[in-house]
Amino acid sequence: MTSTTIDDAPHIEPSPSTQERRNYLNDEYGVLSWLLTKDHKRIAILYLFSVTIFFFVGGIFAFLMRLELLTPEGDMFTSDTYNKLFTLHGVVMIFFFLIPAIPAVMGNFILPIMLGAKDLAFPKINLASWYIYIIGGTFGIIVIITGGVDTGWTFYTPYSTQFSNTKVFATTLGAFITGFSSILTGLNFLVTIHRMRAPGLTWFRLPLFVWSMYATSVVIMLATPVLAITLVMLMVERVLHVGIFDPALGGDPVLYQHMFWFYSHPAVYIMILPGMAIISECVAAFTRKKVFGYKFVAFSSLAIAFLGFLVWAHHLFVAGISVYAALVFSFLTMLVAVPSAIKVFNWTATMYKASVSWNTPMLYVLGFIGLFTIGGVTGLFLGALGVDVHVHDSYFVVAHFHYIMVGGTIMAYMAGLHYWWPKITGRMYPEWWARLSALLVFVGFNLTFFPQFLVGYVGMPRRYHAYAPEFQVLNVLSTAGATVLAMGYLLPMVYFAWSLKFGRKAGSNPWGAVGLEWATTSPPPKENFHETPVVTWEAYDYPAFLKAMKETQHV
Amino acid sequence: MSDVTLHHGAEHAAEPHKHGHHHPFLQHHFEDLGQQHEASTLGMWFFVAQEILFFGGAFCAYFVYRAMYHDAWKLGSHHQDWKIGAANTIVLIGSSLTMALAVWGAQGARRKFTTLMLVLTLILGGIFVGVKGYEYSVHIHHGLFPGAQTYTNVESAPELTRGVELFMTFYFTMTGLHALHMVIGAGLLLWFIKRTWRGDFGPEYYGPVEIMGLYWHFVDIVWIFLFPLLYLV
Amino acid sequence: MTDFPLFPEQASSVAPLVDGLYLFLVVVTGAVSLLIWLVIFYFAIKYRRRPDNELAQEQEPPAILEMTWTVLPLLIFIGIFIAGSLVFFRMQAVPSNALEVYATGRQWMWKFQHPTGQREINELHVPVGRAVKITMASEDVIHSLWFPVFRVKADVLPNRYRTLWFEATKTGRFHIFCAEYCGTSHSGMIGSVIVMEPTDYQRWLAGGTEGSLASQGEKLFQKYACDTCHLDNGTGRGPVLAGAYGKTRPIEGGASVVIDDNYIRESILRPQAKIAAGFQPVMPTFQGQVSEEDLIRLMAYVKSLPAPQTAAAPPVESTPIPTPTTTNVVTTTNP
Repeated sequence: MTSTTIDDAPHIEPSPSTQERRNYLNDEYGVLSWLLTKDHKRIAILYLFSVTIFFFVGGIFAFLMRLELLTPEGDMFTSDTYNKLFTLHGVVMIFFFLIPAIPAVMGNFILPIMLGAKDLAFPKINLASWYIYIIGGTFGIIVIITGGVDTGWTFYTPYSTQFSNTKVFATTLGAFITGFSSILTGLNFLVTIHRMRAPGLTWFRLPLFVWSMYATSVVIMLATPVLAITLVMLMVERVLHVGIFDPALGGDPVLYQHMFWFYSHPAVYIMILPGMAIISECVAAFTRKKVFGYKFVAFSSLAIAFLGFLVWAHHLFVAGISVYAALVFSFLTMLVAVPSAIKVFNWTATMYKASVSWNTPMLYVLGFIGLFTIGGVTGLFLGALGVDVHVHDSYFVVAHFHYIMVGGTIMAYMAGLHYWWPKITGRMYPEWWARLSALLVFVGFNLTFFPQFLVGYVGMPRRYHAYAPEFQVLNVLSTAGATVLAMGYLLPMVYFAWSLKFGRKAGSNPWGAVGLEWATTSPPPKENFHETPVVTWEAYDYPAFLKAMKETQHV
Repeated sequence: MSDVTLHHGAEHAAEPHKHGHHHPFLQHHFEDLGQQHEASTLGMWFFVAQEILFFGGAFCAYFVYRAMYHDAWKLGSHHQDWKIGAANTIVLIGSSLTMALAVWGAQGARRKFTTLMLVLTLILGGIFVGVKGYEYSVHIHHGLFPGAQTYTNVESAPELTRGVELFMTFYFTMTGLHALHMVIGAGLLLWFIKRTWRGDFGPEYYGPVEIMGLYWHFVDIVWIFLFPLLYLV
Repeated sequence: MTDFPLFPEQASSVAPLVDGLYLFLVVVTGAVSLLIWLVIFYFAIKYRRRPDNELAQEQEPPAILEMTWTVLPLLIFIGIFIAGSLVFFRMQAVPSNALEVYATGRQWMWKFQHPTGQREINELHVPVGRAVKITMASEDVIHSLWFPVFRVKADVLPNRYRTLWFEATKTGRFHIFCAEYCGTSHSGMIGSVIVMEPTDYQRWLAGGTEGSLASQGEKLFQKYACDTCHLDNGTGRGPVLAGAYGKTRPIEGGASVVIDDNYIRESILRPQAKIAAGFQPVMPTFQGQVSEEDLIRLMAYVKSLPAPQTAAAPPVESTPIPTPTTTNVVTTTNP
């Protein structure tokens, strides 16, 4: 293979005229042009602001919890307050950050451009999605301000329906409403991917980001409505004091758990698949190589989506299900680990004899691969019945899912944010500050959550306000890590804002990557492309893409 | 999921190819009306799939409790008047018929006929919801509305009271959600009546009426399942 | 603060199995994770971008590689499933000579009742080297009983009996934790299990004066007038209870039922649910009249009744540790 150097690619030097060119940011001005926009790119920016706010709200709750856990006694907050902190941390992070963030920010912005389309299939529904999210989020804020909720984000009955005297109804209503935002986004993505691909863009030429977002959207569409009906029934029980899930009135609390987890397990795949989507793109871009085993990676996204629906009862191993059910679900849980493993191996193999850049997105990618691997294998511990009995509802579980959600999803989110920042804003972020943040995040994360595996196995239960004194050392380490992690997340706020005014201006393809989004200007024009692109290259085919860019002079 | 053709509109040979004349209802991000129609239809099918999962969850819980409280479930369904339910079912099926005729009418640009069919659909849907309201009031009068304050009905077999109250909870929740979907559909019908009377629809643009029909038929089918499970157990 | 454990003590017969599996998983998954970490950092360094390799050399990888790392992990994971299930079976199979203890969880305390009548709050005395089976229910919300050093845990549900068992292998005082969030003082719903030498345990037991659980249950049986219908000679309005525990009996409607803890409980609280075949539905419900602890006492009494024809088991009151008359306690499962 000829080693085509990137110098052969047309350099789009940011000339003054290029920068003054109309793009989606300067196309229209005024608050209403943003609040009533139908442009998927502006809607993505609206989401970016909202999810960031909720991320820090949820993060503050977490930090307060970690401060309390510095000492074994519950001496900083009352028990009720602490219980509200961990509940709200979960509710805010899951429903208002992790579920929407990557799809609604990066999916919204990049997906249509990657497909060569002018917008998503239903732009007005896209805007409605954001407003629905804001309404649901407002319920969340109201709950926080007016006293909070203390049931845990899982709302187990009968505590949530008959015993808790906190704002359960308002919280579940907020989550219910936000679910519709998620559903409509998924709907939009599915139809767009099916019907609005550019000429020449066949299914197996699609970027792997699209495959993963497709799988995510399928899960969203099929799982979220089950949460919706479960929450409706919860709300009915709470308001009318009937016994749908309350055994004192004839109901079955384990049925609630089945219905809740039927959504909430696929939900974790809603949270990780988009992260994997970003990682696939960044691996290709920062190794300048086609992802190893493209078809395997594409189909593994679908396999994860499918198998993810079959394992929910592994959350109920000690809850009272039969031994036979436990065996079945343990076995299926082992199966769902396989496609994730395939992805990790394939991303690793992509790096072999590649051209690996050490830019910030790649640092987050390396972090993701390492941390997601640990998170994933600890899932095997939990899927193994004999071990799960001991570690269920302990800090081992807490560590496991934070490795996936934070070490996985949030790392991928940061990778994507840095990767597409020049495309979205037309500016580069400051590389060395960004690398420092990535390092802080990596070190802080491991220091926060690795001790939690240990303290969980030793015997510390989760959702504990006060704990046995011998657990203190590990908790202190964890809180120290949280402090470092917080700095790693605050720094980007500063330098991203700085970059908007002072960052180096970016050309169309500052990374020299393959993909339709790099075939248009940074930032893109409102209609994404001046003329509909025609795709003649295979996925991640660097030489062919670069040649096509030269020939068509795509700007 | 076939290979993308270079021009989506080519599949719809029947549609007049518009060069330079932009159909007023073609949205700018679509290449042509054909793509727009396909996208909207696919979107409605996906939405219906999601709704099936929504009601499906309720049906699942219903069946779990039916197995646990078999006798109470039987007694609960005897509290429903199956004749009213059957009549309502006929009304709803009738409204699906008028809806289907409206779609046919829209395809042929039969403005007055289509408007009439949509109005009939709305009326029949309204009758359905009205009858349901009457049934609800009867149940409330007999103390059958679930809840600590409102449920006062004691059964002939007192130990079944709790189970029957649970049945009634499912009755009100499931038919209530169904009625909510009908009310939303009624609102949409009003909007479509306005658009049809205005003359929006014709052979090259009838998609919205078609997907309205799809939604309406789905809501009808949900009732077809609800009726036997709640009235005829 | 200087003495902190990184690994829990092993104090039960099943703990070494759990730890063995755990350590096996740590080694295998740790090795794989370490391998991935090393490889990605090695590749990132060795193949870092330099002016002479701006673009990667395309490699067509052997398909065998993909198959290998699909099939091999799958086999390893299935192996983990099997190992985990085997340990799980050990945890489910209650030994037949287990000492029976009853537990009630409520916000925010644990109540333990020994068959000889001792009641404890947030403490549980057990003998070392003897299997102990705990039958438990909750009075309010879902709790979960966890003994970290024994490696066993089970959720404690309202209105349903669950069981767990352990055999302590070490004396000492160890943690009991509630492991299912249950409200304000969830982290205060803790206690201690005190494992004693058998002789010490006997001495401790002898301190109880209330009479055995079964004898307390007998008093309740008379108080609630159960004995007016459930006669032993078969002529009563209710079926004979003596010797019925553990048997399978037909019920109205054609099916049959195993007379276990949950059935007895259900018959007291919802007597019309499963009526013994050939009997009229005349038993009143005691829902709201009988507390959880009384239910446990009544159950213990019914379980202790020998079948009228045989004099199989000695009367419960005469031995400090009663010989259980049953072998199968079925854990009712969820649909």
